[in-house]
Amino acid sequence: MTGINANIGISIVMTAILYGTPLVFAGIGELLAERSGVLNLGVEGMLLMGAVMAFLVSQRMTGPNGLVLLVAVLVAMAASAMMALIHAFVSITLRANQIVSGLALTIFAGVIGLSSYIAEDNKIGGKAGRHQFTELNLFGLKKLPVIGPILFDQSAMVYLSWLVVIGAVLYLYRTRTGLHLRSVGESPQAADAMGINVTRYRYLHTLAGGALAGAGGAVFTLQIATNWIDGLTAGAGWIAIALVIFSFWRPELLIAGAYLFGAFTSFGFDLQARGITSIPSEFWSALPYVMTIVALVLVSAGSVRRRLGTPAALGIPYVREES
Amino acid sequence: MIRFVARENVPRWLNFVVPLASVVLALIVAGIVLAATGHNPLTTYQHIVQASLTQPGAFSQTLVSMTPLMFTGLAAAVAFRMRLWNIGGEGQLYWGAIGASGAGLYFHSLPAWLLIPVMMAVGLLAGALWASIPGVLRAYFNTNEILTTLMLNYVAANVMYYLIFDSTSYWRDLTSPSARVFPQGKYLPPAASWPALQVGSLTVPFGLIFAVGLAVLLWGMIRATRYGFEMRVLADSPAAGKYAGIRTRRKILSLMALSGGIAGLGGASQVGDFSHVLDPRGLEQAGYGYTGIVVAALARYNPVAVVVTSFFIGMLVNAGFALQGPGFPIGLTGTMEGILLFCVLGAEIFTRHRLEIRLPHARPKAQVPAPPVPVRPAAHGGGAS
Repeated sequence: MTGINANIGISIVMTAILYGTPLVFAGIGELLAERSGVLNLGVEGMLLMGAVMAFLVSQRMTGPNGLVLLVAVLVAMAASAMMALIHAFVSITLRANQIVSGLALTIFAGVIGLSSYIAEDNKIGGKAGRHQFTELNLFGLKKLPVIGPILFDQSAMVYLSWLVVIGAVLYLYRTRTGLHLRSVGESPQAADAMGINVTRYRYLHTLAGGALAGAGGAVFTLQIATNWIDGLTAGAGWIAIALVIFSFWRPELLIAGAYLFGAFTSFGFDLQARGITSIPSEFWSALPYVMTIVALVLVSAGSVRRRLGTPAALGIPYVREES
Repeated sequence: MIRFVARENVPRWLNFVVPLASVVLALIVAGIVLAATGHNPLTTYQHIVQASLTQPGAFSQTLVSMTPLMFTGLAAAVAFRMRLWNIGGEGQLYWGAIGASGAGLYFHSLPAWLLIPVMMAVGLLAGALWASIPGVLRAYFNTNEILTTLMLNYVAANVMYYLIFDSTSYWRDLTSPSARVFPQGKYLPPAASWPALQVGSLTVPFGLIFAVGLAVLLWGMIRATRYGFEMRVLADSPAAGKYAGIRTRRKILSLMALSGGIAGLGGASQVGDFSHVLDPRGLEQAGYGYTGIVVAALARYNPVAVVVTSFFIGMLVNAGFALQGPGFPIGLTGTMEGILLFCVLGAEIFTRHRLEIRLPHARPKAQVPAPPVPVRPAAHGGGAS
């Protein structure tokens, strides 16, 4: 009996990690952009762009599985970085309102936008994926109790997401560029006076945010789902943005939050798969969104006075005062 | 060195020329996207105009498409104008549809002149209440309304699906065996159908006429009432508003409710004017709430301008609907909306600034007779590097 319960526990953790992985990528990406002072509400659109481009490559390219997957992820990252570039140009160079520009990006690339256009133009809707990420069974250690599957039986994308989190922590707190990045987000005037190129930092980190969202999108079509449906991310981009807020802009907290929300997403599927249908499926579908609101309220109610971690210059265009 | 220099005074004509030029630019950019994906831009544009204006019945259909967009556009415009980022128009519209269809079914014995206002009132109230959730959270807990309003869209969609697909609710049609297998909503009684105005061959929905009146009313409210004035003060400077004794929390809450109520009316109009049934799939696929944000942003949050922009976006939506197929993928609608929005947003800077291009350390070349260049005072020229 305890063995079965342990198995259920592990399967919940495994699916939580799977569903949380796109949130980790997109969340860390958004975190980097916001640390530079750029709020990008286009994450949902960038995820969908990454998802569709990765799926397109996996459908069209022939070659060894590993190579196709690598190219698919790289193409997805490039495509989403291009999306981020539009937002960067409009909001950094042309100083448009970041909130509206980000919403424009989500509409442009989103459910009834470019991602759906590309899918329909290339007739990839409804087709089964031809290349998928699978668990690696690192060092053959998958059989270890509990930690075996969780640590050693994940896909390459999950391991990559862990590297991204570790990299982001080291980058933000242990490198000079990371320090500069934080100063650009906190006080662009001071950073500029120190000789830091504010515009370049903002562009590069917005683009990096886009590339990471693209990798997150690739997880959707190359591992979670096996075919393309318009809008298959179902709001994950928005949950990623919320995660940045309730992780107080800290990568190490963000990954924990992402897995928690991965668990909320997978919990309903899990119960339904086990034939437990006394609670309607809509309840489970709505749960991650309701929990996001609850978490946001808890965080914001606690930090009304102390704005915990919010980059002070977030959302404000930087214009050098000259005269 | 290229940089933006603030204009000392803005010529009036720029306020018209810049948006116009950005729309032209958007059409060019969208044309490039079309050409790059193997579509002929000119024929595509021609098809859009035919399908939304010139074909028989097309114009009336554009009026149908623009009606919900005007409601959600106004809902977004009043909130965004005051820097309250309500992107929950989608969910508020769903609740308006749930409320209005519920009222239409429940009060089915009422005469039309009474039933229609009741549907509108219930739709408005439902939208306003739903929007009050993020309103209260923003006013009392300082919770980011962008995310809460958006999350509630998904919750509202799930409620709507539950009512029709996963329960034996009051809204669901359970009378026939086929309706039990293929779930659908109960159809409203004839008295719940909103009237339409017939002008020649043109059919003007009641909701559209109402929304135009509402636009003018909101415009007046923002410009000429104490409420509108206090809102504008709070939008421009929350601190100044507080010192002036404006009750910030109440204002945020009331504005959220107003915005949600308008979106809710859009849901009521959708049921009363067009669908006459609660149709979760149709409403979700249409995405009126999100498109309303495009409408509002293009109108620069001016309620009266929303009437115009909702017409143009309505044309695009209607054409997208009519032309659906290999020549016109569904995704093209959002793609074009996005390009339009980016161009208009990005171009806004040119109304207040002018572009100054100077070559870095431009040395006068001896052989070219230099035209007389007005010398700028040294104090202004710190940008060259």
